Amino acid sequence: MSDQTPAPQPKKERNNGAIVAMCLAFVFGMTGMAYAAVPLYKIFCQVTGYGGTTRQVEQASDVILDRTIKVRFDGNVADGLPWDFRPDQREVELRIGETKQVYFRAKNLFNKETTGQATFNVTPQAAGAYFNKIQCFCFTEQTLQPGEEKEMAVLFFVDPDIVNEPETKSINTLTLSYTVYPHEKTQGVAAVDDKQAAGQKL
Amino acid sequence: MAGHSATDAHGADHGHHQMSFFTRWFLSTNHKDIGTLYLIFAIIAGVVGGTLSVFMRWELMEPGIQIFHGLASMVYGVEGDAAIDAGKEMYNVFTTAHALIMIFFMVMPALIGGFANWMIPIMIGAPDMAFPRMNNISFWLIIPAFLLLMLSLFVQGAPGGHGVGGGWTMYPPLSTTASGGPAVDMAILALHIAGASSILGAINFITTILNMRAPGMTIHKMPLFAWAVLITAFLLLLSLPVLAGGITMLLTDRNFGTAFFKPEAGGDPILFQHLFWFFGHPEVYILILPGFGIISHIVSTFSKKPVFGYLGMAYAMAAIGAVGFIVWAHHMYTVGLSLDAQRYFLFATMVIAVPTGVKIFSWIATMWGGSITFSTPMIWAIGFIFLFTVGGVTGVQLANAGLDRALHDTYYVVAHFHYVLSLGAVFAIFAAWYYWFPKMTGYMYSQALGNLHFVVMFIGVNLIFFPQHFLGLAGMPRRYIDYPDAFAGWNYVSSIGSYISAVGVLIFFVCVIEAFMKKRVAGDNPWGVGADTLEWTLSSPPPTHQWEQLPRIK
Repeated sequence: MSDQTPAPQPKKERNNGAIVAMCLAFVFGMTGMAYAAVPLYKIFCQVTGYGGTTRQVEQASDVILDRTIKVRFDGNVADGLPWDFRPDQREVELRIGETKQVYFRAKNLFNKETTGQATFNVTPQAAGAYFNKIQCFCFTEQTLQPGEEKEMAVLFFVDPDIVNEPETKSINTLTLSYTVYPHEKTQGVAAVDDKQAAGQKL
Repeated sequence: MAGHSATDAHGADHGHHQMSFFTRWFLSTNHKDIGTLYLIFAIIAGVVGGTLSVFMRWELMEPGIQIFHGLASMVYGVEGDAAIDAGKEMYNVFTTAHALIMIFFMVMPALIGGFANWMIPIMIGAPDMAFPRMNNISFWLIIPAFLLLMLSLFVQGAPGGHGVGGGWTMYPPLSTTASGGPAVDMAILALHIAGASSILGAINFITTILNMRAPGMTIHKMPLFAWAVLITAFLLLLSLPVLAGGITMLLTDRNFGTAFFKPEAGGDPILFQHLFWFFGHPEVYILILPGFGIISHIVSTFSKKPVFGYLGMAYAMAAIGAVGFIVWAHHMYTVGLSLDAQRYFLFATMVIAVPTGVKIFSWIATMWGGSITFSTPMIWAIGFIFLFTVGGVTGVQLANAGLDRALHDTYYVVAHFHYVLSLGAVFAIFAAWYYWFPKMTGYMYSQALGNLHFVVMFIGVNLIFFPQHFLGLAGMPRRYIDYPDAFAGWNYVSSIGSYISAVGVLIFFVCVIEAFMKKRVAGDNPWGVGADTLEWTLSSPPPTHQWEQLPRIK
């Protein structure tokens, strides 16, 4: 770079600008990467079932094993939604691969129409990828009239591949947990449409 | 600046001494003056951050809540049960502020803004930094950042509390839905500004080191401190924008209705942890790498030998920096990573022990067979090597995902990172201070006081943090104001250690004041033939503008 010539030289053009441009490219590139991480991470979770993200599938499993597995259910309500929400059964035992329907029960304790949206996950988290839902109330928002009580169904099976993975083969109990959050736009036309859609589903 | 000196005759240095106080210190473009400002700032911030930690140790000296309810009623004017709740929150606010201050406003300004600013241009034979005005901006950005963080302690944070109590990691949802007040926003903006300051500084260092080395100083002849700062600057450049992105998402989640980390709207709070630690892990190397460079020079100077394995030392730092970017999830073993992910992060983390071992053994090999003088800086440097190794060993233990599951968020982790940072980085800072103080001021300090400072500090910090290993193994969790009686014994010892360290800091101030009062002339090179880097060929203190004749490196 700046060698050769003896010391008392006139200020040589050192092209600081190129280095600054490179540095700024790093800075903006990394900021962009931080934001790019958001969609990439979401895709990654859905594809891999990472962190207990469950799978949505169209049809039931064609393999049913003799081995059984216990599935426990849990229901929570986030702050700001005046609902009572709980599973009908605490747990079921089913054969791996067998399709099962279970119900959760939600009641609106408020004097106005309210809408909630459920999120879910499965523990142990490594098993998330093997928990397949064919139908679930959590796919859409749910609207309840004042005092209305509704039974909401989940149709699911546990993927037989669960017995082939070292992380998951010794799991004999899964927990499916739901948390219902208040939905932002609880009023208006959208809520009516959603209600109809939800009604048809159930 | 360049234009100014061009109008003067060459070497008319006295002209610059006539700058008014305001011009010299507030409009400064001189790397040495800015370095001095950074060091003063770091000392002030260190005293504030250290005081917070002494309050925490005072509180933890005995089980139960001793002082924070009183402190809360004094500062925030609450009474009764509200004071106890406010006190608990205040304790968490103290831990958070202690961490943020020590990391962003003490260690980084001291090592990078202070010593690197002062010494890098001199050591590579450059007249100043590449962008002197930007250097000034870097410094004056860190002041409002610090003030913003301090102000956040006095505004609403979590309901019923003041300040940010969510830890320096600021995980959502604790930092979003659970802390509605503006305190978190202020802390986020403080980090934005401090980050901008560091990024500008990093660009300045990279340009200076790549473009302004003296004739003949190839990159493989550059002093190790310059290598350390170059690598640190690249780490800053690549990691800080990710933090900035992450905390900006936090800010918009809090204030503008986005849902990056809100599960109810499809976001994921774990994503923040990934972003945070993608910054956070390189950050710990940012804190320690400049120290590595300094220690190499001190060990070599006082062993009167060139540093053992120069190229190995340089590339070990580069390797630590590079691998530091791909190990972040070892801070998150408990979030439910797949076994394969845990295996990878475990292995990658342990790999870092290899280049780190290269450094430790090279320092020892430098001392081996050397003609060692146990001057004050050397004692601090040897203290650094010992303490950093202890922290490194517990780090290798914690890299094990299985063991970490038991020790996660316990005092074992607290002991580990204080051994590498509070003891490692801080001992490197003091070693640098005692090494370069005669060069920076022209005065020699009392080595007896410097040695006393070392002894008191060494005993103090080991008393604080060694027992915390026992507490962590026994299961005492971090970030609580209280603990079961069973933990009382070692907590008492730890608190005593904290008071002893505080006395150590007082001795440090006595040592500095004594040196300025006695005005013993240090001379150009008080350390003898071992000190062979360029700064020792200049006068002490160096002239306002050095290297008007560029040095030539053979």
